[in-house]
Amino acid sequence: MSTELPLIGDYSAPSNELSGARIGVVTFPGTLDDRDAARAVRAAGAEAVSLWHADTDLQDVDAVVIPGGFSYGDYLRAGAISRFAPMMAKIADAANSDAKLPVLGICNGFQILTESHLLPGSMIKNDHLKFICRDQLLRVENNQTAWTNGFEAGQEITIVLKNQDGQYVADEKTLDELEAENRIAFSYVGWNPNGSRRSIAGVSNKAGNVVGLMPHPEHAIEVGFGPDARGTDGLTFFTSVLTHLVGGKK
Amino acid sequence: MPRIVVDVMLKPEILDPQGKAIAGALPRLGFTSFEAVRQGKRFELTVDGEVTEEILAQAREAAETLLSNPVIEDVVNVEVVED
Repeated sequence: MSTELPLIGDYSAPSNELSGARIGVVTFPGTLDDRDAARAVRAAGAEAVSLWHADTDLQDVDAVVIPGGFSYGDYLRAGAISRFAPMMAKIADAANSDAKLPVLGICNGFQILTESHLLPGSMIKNDHLKFICRDQLLRVENNQTAWTNGFEAGQEITIVLKNQDGQYVADEKTLDELEAENRIAFSYVGWNPNGSRRSIAGVSNKAGNVVGLMPHPEHAIEVGFGPDARGTDGLTFFTSVLTHLVGGKK
Repeated sequence: MPRIVVDVMLKPEILDPQGKAIAGALPRLGFTSFEAVRQGKRFELTVDGEVTEEILAQAREAAETLLSNPVIEDVVNVEVVED
């Protein structure tokens, strides 16, 4: 593993203990990227905890990643059946509770979060109808969330985009609200790869603890194995949540 | 056995990329009379026995909670079909 990991956490405050952060990674039938997500969690310095969709025990995790894939084969609508998994009910309760459990939904995980109404809007088929896989340039629009605080505002990052149902849609009122409340977390830079409204790649909830995006940060955590130019932009998602955890009350 | 048919369509203001692709293919087969196509979903819920008001109400609730996503779709029809 690379020794050039970015510094994480606020080491100046002695009461803040970084070690021992536990981040859950949920697996549904048809999830594909849970192992990569767990690996990203470990690369950031935390312990990855496997969570099974049919279980109801959150195992006292400090944050949760809902990874990508094709849960239930994308049947009915992407994320529509997973949304009713027992584990999702627990995650939704914890995300909306006073503890505000940080939750990151990646690709199919983002679709599950919109179907769960933890995040607004929805994803429909890409406007060009093709599956797309490319290194995608994004702009960090909001660096105040639990999962983006390690980025500079307006920073441009490159991570992998790979999906068929990636076109973000919401009504105009919702889109205006998202803009006004600074809840667009990431935008596509340059060509809009799927026809998403206002080039939205990811959004957050009001509190900033729940973030979802279509591109895949967990595939860009290690030099030589991510996008060529700056292969580790994705790692900052996972170090950000650790910074959030040590800075917060949890 | 009777079936409850549920029809779901994308909301009119949501672009339907699949419908657009179908609309593009029709003229290539000589079907030139159609201005636009929108694709929807039809569900058939089979009931063992009589379809009571209570069962129909359940079907309507299922249509709004699972069969459709109210953010992007409308339930446009719920009806009983006897065989």
